[in-house]
Amino acid sequence: MARILMKGNEAIAEAAIRAGAEGYFCYPITPQSEVAEYLAKRMPEVGGVFLQGESEVAVGNMLFGAASTGKRVFTTSSSPGISLMQEAISYIAGAHLPVVFVNIMRAGPGLGGILPAQSDYFQSVKGGGHGDYRLLVLAPSTVQEAVDLMMLAFDLADKYLNPVMVIGDGLIGQMMEAVEFPDSDPKQNRVNLEERKWAATGAKGRDPVIIKSLFLDPLELEENSLLMDKKYEQMKKEEVRYELYKVSAKNELLVVSYGTVARICQTVIDELESEGVSVGLFRPITLFPFPEKEIYREAKKKNIKTVLTVEMSTGQMVEDVERAIIGAKPVKFFGRTGGIVPNPEEIQGKVLELIGSMKKRSTSSRKRK
Amino acid sequence: MAMTQSNTAIFSRPESMQSTVTHYCPGCTHGVIHRLVAEAIDEIGARDRTVGVAPVGCSVLAYNYFNCDFLEAAHGRAPAFATGFKRLRPDMIVFTYQGDGDLASIGMGEIVHAANRGEKFTTIFVNNAVYGMTGGQMAPTTLPGQVTSTCPVGRNANEVGYPIRMAELLSTLVTPGYIERVAVHTPKHIINARKAIRRAFQYQAENRCYSMIEVLSTCPTNWGKTPEEAVKWLDKEMAAYYPIKCFKDSVREGNK
Repeated sequence: MARILMKGNEAIAEAAIRAGAEGYFCYPITPQSEVAEYLAKRMPEVGGVFLQGESEVAVGNMLFGAASTGKRVFTTSSSPGISLMQEAISYIAGAHLPVVFVNIMRAGPGLGGILPAQSDYFQSVKGGGHGDYRLLVLAPSTVQEAVDLMMLAFDLADKYLNPVMVIGDGLIGQMMEAVEFPDSDPKQNRVNLEERKWAATGAKGRDPVIIKSLFLDPLELEENSLLMDKKYEQMKKEEVRYELYKVSAKNELLVVSYGTVARICQTVIDELESEGVSVGLFRPITLFPFPEKEIYREAKKKNIKTVLTVEMSTGQMVEDVERAIIGAKPVKFFGRTGGIVPNPEEIQGKVLELIGSMKKRSTSSRKRK
Repeated sequence: MAMTQSNTAIFSRPESMQSTVTHYCPGCTHGVIHRLVAEAIDEIGARDRTVGVAPVGCSVLAYNYFNCDFLEAAHGRAPAFATGFKRLRPDMIVFTYQGDGDLASIGMGEIVHAANRGEKFTTIFVNNAVYGMTGGQMAPTTLPGQVTSTCPVGRNANEVGYPIRMAELLSTLVTPGYIERVAVHTPKHIINARKAIRRAFQYQAENRCYSMIEVLSTCPTNWGKTPEEAVKWLDKEMAAYYPIKCFKDSVREGNK
């Protein structure tokens, strides 16, 4: 299929269709409402279900029910809406069901604002709902990658029978970029219910299927939690994804950044390179499982003096970077929040400050605000 | 007299029920209601294409009694859960089985909107005027003056309002097709309840409408009464506040 220009939110919607999603439940919220608007037209074309629920609490639980059928289902929302879905996410994880959630993050806390942020890292990666569960978390940095990761998200949700969260900052949803979709009939990727022995398809010629998260016997509940933990350990072995940009033995500093912020960091790295300063970028694509070993491997290289984490938050992923590096190198942080996208100059200023190269650089625009 | 024929069973366990020991308290009518639901599923011949959705409450363990696929929703969310399921599998029979704390308190939003969308599933709403599983706290359905562990001097309507009549409330909506309140504390009421539940499942099998059957139920343990006193209290007090009748049947009225 030819490359087309598409808005991130619409591309995410179309990618889910191509991935064989048969059900989409939603509640309007900025900055991702275009997904719902797109799918209100598109879902019926492919014979799927589109339903606008009465609240994100209801939508999360609609997905819980819909996933019990065995079919591929998903929702998209933004930060305050995702908070309301935490109840269902916890139940869905506890019941071992595959659902894809997309959070086009806006700035919080509370009602916050409608501009881009990455302040839901903790919520996505560390929990959000109650209980011993994890989400597999994917973070695209381009519209094309959002498409690719949406397709992957459904496969991973099925592989692990666990909810998958795709988190994009507001920019991913709102910007337009060229994208290419795989040539596939949306119906091709739909699941074959006969293969889904865990799904509630009716007790015909078999014992009833029970889908539940209640285990009153503590030994049974522990067993369920250990079974979940086993999946998370497998994810850590098999699903770590990341991208390196201009990482080399010459790097004096390693930047760790994800989502669209990583693209701004690339601009900074290109600029610094032209000025003879060598900086590399480590971009985690999976936030859980977090590429701990890989970040450690890059950070401990001889020339690297400092690791700088850049986020649109007051510092969330930086805690995982510190954990990965376990004291091998100093870990510093630069962030803007409240819906402010950091500009290359301020990031560059921070980098130069850290590697002690502020000397002779007079342009005021390079100074950190 | 020919005695060669073996005895004919005229009463047996419905196919949609399992043989198990009850965990419900003596004098509780959940067991009767479970059976009526199972009979209805048998009668429409849908056991192998039915899913039940359990609430949070005493009947959270309903899947131990029914011989069909069973799913356990979050507290109050069964109508949203059932919506998601039924929308993706309109060919299956779906019912929610919910108590009054679950449906009329924490799940008020979900029940109203599922009913208003006319979701094609059936709700069995078991109203015993109290939170049973957590030990008898005040519910939105607790009667004025009724003593519970969280209204120890009786429900004060001036402070917490009057109990919510769910059947009446949902009947004000245009979309839901069939809403009836029944009881199961006497044989006569059981026969009527059986008919109503059967009708609700029949309407679903015919893809007609959303149905809710509210069933007045006893909770001797949390009411602090003997089973016999509980039956009398239901008959005298509960039935006076919650009229036992059909509120809406659009199919029989010819609107569906």
